[in-house]
Amino acid sequence: MDKLPIKMKASGLNAWFSGKQALKEINMEIYANKVTAVIGPSGCGKSTFVRNLNRLHETIPEAAVAGQVFLDGEDIFRPRYDLVALRRRVGMVFQKPTPFPTMSIYDNAAAGIKIAGRVDRGILDQTVETALKQAALWSEVKDILDKPGIGLSGGQQQRLCIARTLAVKPEVILLDEPCSALDPISTGKIEELIQELKNDYTIVIVTHNMQQAARVADFTGFFLLGELIEFGVTGKIFTAPIDKRTEDYVTGRFG
Amino acid sequence: MANDTQKLIREIKEGCFLTAVFLSAVIAVLPLIAVLGYVFVKGIGAFDWAFFTRLPAPVGDPGGGMANAIVGTFILVGLACLVGLPIGIFGGIWLAQYGSGKRGFFIRYSADVLSSLPSIVIGIFAYVLIVATMKRFSAIAGGFALGIIMIPVVTRTTEEMVKMVPRTLYEAGLALGLPEWKVSLWIVFRTAWNGIFTGVILAVARIMGETAPLIFTAFNTMYWNLRIDQPMASMTVQIYNYAISPFDEWQAKAWAGSLTLVFIILLVTLVVRKFSKRVYYG
Repeated sequence: MDKLPIKMKASGLNAWFSGKQALKEINMEIYANKVTAVIGPSGCGKSTFVRNLNRLHETIPEAAVAGQVFLDGEDIFRPRYDLVALRRRVGMVFQKPTPFPTMSIYDNAAAGIKIAGRVDRGILDQTVETALKQAALWSEVKDILDKPGIGLSGGQQQRLCIARTLAVKPEVILLDEPCSALDPISTGKIEELIQELKNDYTIVIVTHNMQQAARVADFTGFFLLGELIEFGVTGKIFTAPIDKRTEDYVTGRFG
Repeated sequence: MANDTQKLIREIKEGCFLTAVFLSAVIAVLPLIAVLGYVFVKGIGAFDWAFFTRLPAPVGDPGGGMANAIVGTFILVGLACLVGLPIGIFGGIWLAQYGSGKRGFFIRYSADVLSSLPSIVIGIFAYVLIVATMKRFSAIAGGFALGIIMIPVVTRTTEEMVKMVPRTLYEAGLALGLPEWKVSLWIVFRTAWNGIFTGVILAVARIMGETAPLIFTAFNTMYWNLRIDQPMASMTVQIYNYAISPFDEWQAKAWAGSLTLVFIILLVTLVVRKFSKRVYYG
C-alpha cells in the first residue's frame, strides 16, 4: 500500500457548513489509477470530502474550509491556486444527472471544451465521440446527437454526464453517489464503466451502497460524523475491520 | 335518513360555493371583454389602409392616418429596450447570484418601489433630467422614461428565472473547469433565457401602452420624424390628443388607434405564449 503512487492526499482537512463542522482533521490518500470508495451513513461528511477535492465545497456562501489537499504533491488550497486548471484535472459527476437543459446531446458532451474556447470542429467531433464511447453511450446516441440531452433516460443522462467529464480529459474523476438515482441495470452499466476507466483515471466514488463499494473499489474509507474512522484495502474493511464502528456499519448494525 | 339530509345540505353548500366562484371569475373577465368589444366596434369603422400609411390630416380634412405614431411607438420602445434591457438583465443576474446580503436586499426593495411608482412621476424625472437639459422634447427623453419603467420588471423577472435554475447546473459547469463568468453566462443564463424573454416581452407590452411618461418627454408631432433628438409621435399620446379633441373625425381616429394598439399588444402577448417553451430540469 505504501509503494503505490499517491495521486491526491488530504492532510488535516477540516470543513464547515453554516458554522457546523462537517469534516474533522481528515488525513487520507488516494492512489493513482485505483478506485477509492468513500462510505458512511447520511450526513457523515463523505460528499463534503470529495467536494473539497475539486474545491467545490467553498463555492457555497456558508461554507468554510481549513487544511491541505495535495494533487501530485501540490497543495490545491495554496493562495491564488488556479481553480479552473484544478477542475480540469479533477472532474466530477453528481448524484442527480445534470445534463444542461438547453443543450443537445452533442453540446452537452462538448460543453467543457466548447464553452472554454474556440476549438477546431474536427477535433471537437473526435473528442465527443471518444468520450461518448468511453462512457458506453455512443451506440445508443450516435444517431440522435442533435436531440436534447434531457430527453434521455436517467441512466443515459448520467452516462452523458460522465462523457461530459471525460471530454475535458481529467486525471481524477470524483463520483458523488452517481447511481443513487438510477435503476439496477443502469447502475450495473456505470459500475462496469468504472472498472474500465480506472486504467486511465484515478477514481473516487462516494456511495451509501456498501455492496457497490465492495464491488468496484480497491480502497475504502469509512466516514462517521465528519471523521475518517478507517481506511484500507476494500476487502479488509469489509471482512476484517479494525474499528468496532466500522464493523457495526458494514455488518448493517446501524446507518 | 339523517345521512341523506346531511348529504343534501352539503351538496347545496357546494353548489352555492361553486356558483359564487364561477360568477366571480365571469365578472373578473367581463370588463376585459366589454373594453375589447367596445374598442373593436368603435374602432373598426375608422379603419382603412390610409390609417397605417398616412400622416395625420388637419381638422376638417377627411382621411389621414397614424403612420408616424405607429413607427414612433416602435422607435420609442426600441430606445427603452436599449436602456432597460442591459441594466435590467445584468441587475437581475447580480441579484440572483450575489444579492443575498444587505446590498441585495436594498436593491431588490428599490426595484419594487420603482415598479410601483406612478409612471407620470418617472416622466417628470425624465423631463427634468433630459428635456430641461436639452431644452427640447425628444424621443431620447421618452425612450429613457419608458426604459426606467422597464428596469424593475426585467430585473425581478431575470432574478426569479435565474434563481429557478438549479444550483447543481452551476456546480456542474464549475466542475468542468469553466470560469465562473462563463458558467453564469453560457449555462445559468442560457437556461433561464426562455423565462427572461417572456418577462422582457411582457415589459415591452406594458410600456407600449404608457401615455403619461411620454406627454412631456417625447411629446408628439403630426409629421414624420425619425430623429431621436426631436419630438416623436407615439400611438398613445396621439390617441390621447385625438380623444380629447372636440372633432368627430379625430375621435373616430382615437378609437381606431386604440384598436390598433390593443391588437399589437395582444399579438405580442400571443407570440410570447407560443414561443415561451418550458425548460424541464432533469
